[in-house]
Amino acid sequence: MSAHTYEESKGIARRTIIILGIVTIVEVLIALVGKGYLIPGVVPYDWLIGSFPIGRAIMYIAMIALSLYKAVLVIFEFMHMKYEVKGLMRSVLLPTALLIWAIIAFFMEGDYWKESREMIQDKNMEQVDSKFAPVGEVMKPEETHHSDH
Amino acid sequence: MSAETMEGHAVMEEQSGKLWSGGKSPFKSSYGKLMMWYFLLSDAFTFAGFLIAYGTLRFSNATWPVPDFVFSSFPFLKGTHYPLLFVSLMTFILLASSFTMIRAVQEGKEENKSGIVKWMIYTIIGGLMFLGCQAWEWNTLISTEHMTISTNPFGTHLESGVYLDDEHGHAYAAAAERETFDAGDSYLIHRADEQWLKRRFELTSGPNTGQVSQQEFGPKAFGALFFCITGFHGFHVFSGVVFLILIAVNVANGLYAKRRNGYEMVEKIGLYWHFVDLVWVFVFLVFYLL
Repeated sequence: MSAHTYEESKGIARRTIIILGIVTIVEVLIALVGKGYLIPGVVPYDWLIGSFPIGRAIMYIAMIALSLYKAVLVIFEFMHMKYEVKGLMRSVLLPTALLIWAIIAFFMEGDYWKESREMIQDKNMEQVDSKFAPVGEVMKPEETHHSDH
Repeated sequence: MSAETMEGHAVMEEQSGKLWSGGKSPFKSSYGKLMMWYFLLSDAFTFAGFLIAYGTLRFSNATWPVPDFVFSSFPFLKGTHYPLLFVSLMTFILLASSFTMIRAVQEGKEENKSGIVKWMIYTIIGGLMFLGCQAWEWNTLISTEHMTISTNPFGTHLESGVYLDDEHGHAYAAAAERETFDAGDSYLIHRADEQWLKRRFELTSGPNTGQVSQQEFGPKAFGALFFCITGFHGFHVFSGVVFLILIAVNVANGLYAKRRNGYEMVEKIGLYWHFVDLVWVFVFLVFYLL
């Protein structure tokens, strides 16, 4: 469906692969500089504004945005979606919008699991007031076993 | 088969109105290419399901293995001082093979048989190199670092402290030699003689300061998620390589030339191959970057 000549499409492919390579290098640099591997003493990952991890948030948003940009390049240039009929593009790409809700719903649920785990840990750490402790001797499993005989 | 496809093309060219009137393949595309697109859409949902499960479980744990600590070895280089280097190399191999694939498709449009075969062979080599890299990565994780689908030796310290045992599990002779660590630092529990060497340490911060404790395994799901998701992607690469070989042989034998449809079969395997690259963009993001 491409309206380009052979030479033009060759040029587009070359340009796209170079952009993809550069974006990948930038992503890895963000990850490594962010964690403090490349510039000693500078760890943007730990930067805070108040208690909000601003450095981490910027790193993550940048890396997610760059990955989405790579995905668009692969779909529209390499897979030629740009040159297909609009209806084909919509019928393939619009259903993936459902994933936005899936991501929000499941990540919220994951966060809730974490809170539950933390609550259980906190409860386990609590000291029990002896006034409300069970009265009488607590039998050990092996003792109950013996009493059966 | 060839007569049918030619007829299909003739019909497609006649289609000039905006609305699809039936009786032919919609969207001015061929049946085969459309079905490949919808297969890839369904496959995208499968991968999305896996990656969302990864995210959910990661959110549900207080700590998670840090990728630049877990993936920091490189073949033939000693130690673990090369964070993300090897997986970046894998990414570049896959990207390069995507480029050679699009060159093969372009040669197909030109009906240049030898050009298609040449670029498809480069793509196959790229796919095999990627699989080789993945095999090395898995082998390192399984036999050197002893990660399994149910055991994750990559843990994270929640508070800072000082180690009481050295790397081999022996108590330090002098207190001055003791190694310290900070909250958030990663560790790998080593294994020797069928035994896990869980180093003992004393906490120097937090509510339990002074408490002596030992290293614990990291979140259990990590190993299963890693092997399942990268394995499923690797399986896609593997089946892609198999189909690339079959189609390259058919191209060389002149099977598709007879169909006179601009080597559509090469275009279809091209779509699949770019999709595998597309999935890797997200696997790379989720497992190695974030």
